[in-house]
Amino acid sequence: MNQDPELLRRLLRAKDRMDAASHEAWPVQRLARVSAVSEAHFARSFKQAFGIPPHRYLLTRRIERATALLRDTDLTITEIAFQTGWESLGTFGRTFRDVTGKNPGAVRSGSRAAAHGLGHVPACIVSAAHRPGLTTAVSEKRRRPTGGTNGSEAKEVS
Amino acid sequence: MSQGVEVVGLYVRDQDEALAFYVEKLGFRVHTDVRNGDYRWLTVQHPDQPSFQLGLFTPGPPVLDAETAKTLRAMVAKGAMPPLVLNVDDCRAAHDRLRARGVEFTQEPVDRYGNVDAGFRDPSGNGWKMIQSQRRSH
Repeated sequence: MNQDPELLRRLLRAKDRMDAASHEAWPVQRLARVSAVSEAHFARSFKQAFGIPPHRYLLTRRIERATALLRDTDLTITEIAFQTGWESLGTFGRTFRDVTGKNPGAVRSGSRAAAHGLGHVPACIVSAAHRPGLTTAVSEKRRRPTGGTNGSEAKEVS
Repeated sequence: MSQGVEVVGLYVRDQDEALAFYVEKLGFRVHTDVRNGDYRWLTVQHPDQPSFQLGLFTPGPPVLDAETAKTLRAMVAKGAMPPLVLNVDDCRAAHDRLRARGVEFTQEPVDRYGNVDAGFRDPSGNGWKMIQSQRRSH
């Protein structure tokens, strides 16, 4: 079970690269190259190291970034969708709802007032604290009849 | 100042490598470097901050058992250690200087509410935020 620290350090590099450019496309070949591991081993090693498959990790970063842009900028929702890496507004809205349980428009109007209470915490760290948890695949969440919300997420971990 | 925090330690995978990074790349100075058998107490200091030392320690015997040390090495390598913040006067200039020295940046300088921050990692995986803050003058 124990992963070699040298491997973990290289997997971290792939995670860092997704963090730095979550709007870009990150196919497994590209990530595997960053980590200098084979494509066959990359996804499994990443999931073992960080507890989440690489693609799903990327989605959480995109949603986090979209949430920050909704809160902190006047960009339209369409502009935000394209800036954060989605190829269509429909996919963005659907994924956003599936992950957060809210519509992008509702997040925009709701978060403005509350945004600056954490003034003494570095903004880059506040942003990470608001990262959504994504314990199940988005497609699984969509299939669940009750509809996903953050409140129901805790019991999904099994 | 006679009271206050004097040393905070980081775990690193290799003390020679960490020493080279913090001194040659970041511009810290060695404060203490003493050995006792396999144990090495190594601290560095920011040139503008003489009352504080940053310890660079490797997890291992005799302080920790081998299994615990292995776990800690894995945690450091996957970036799971707590955030570190370095204040700078000019984040973009510091970024350019450090990048030219081969520092691995994880985030380019970004403006946020008038502050500028960037992110980098030490060779072991410890993550730093480098912040140029408007609030520093008070």
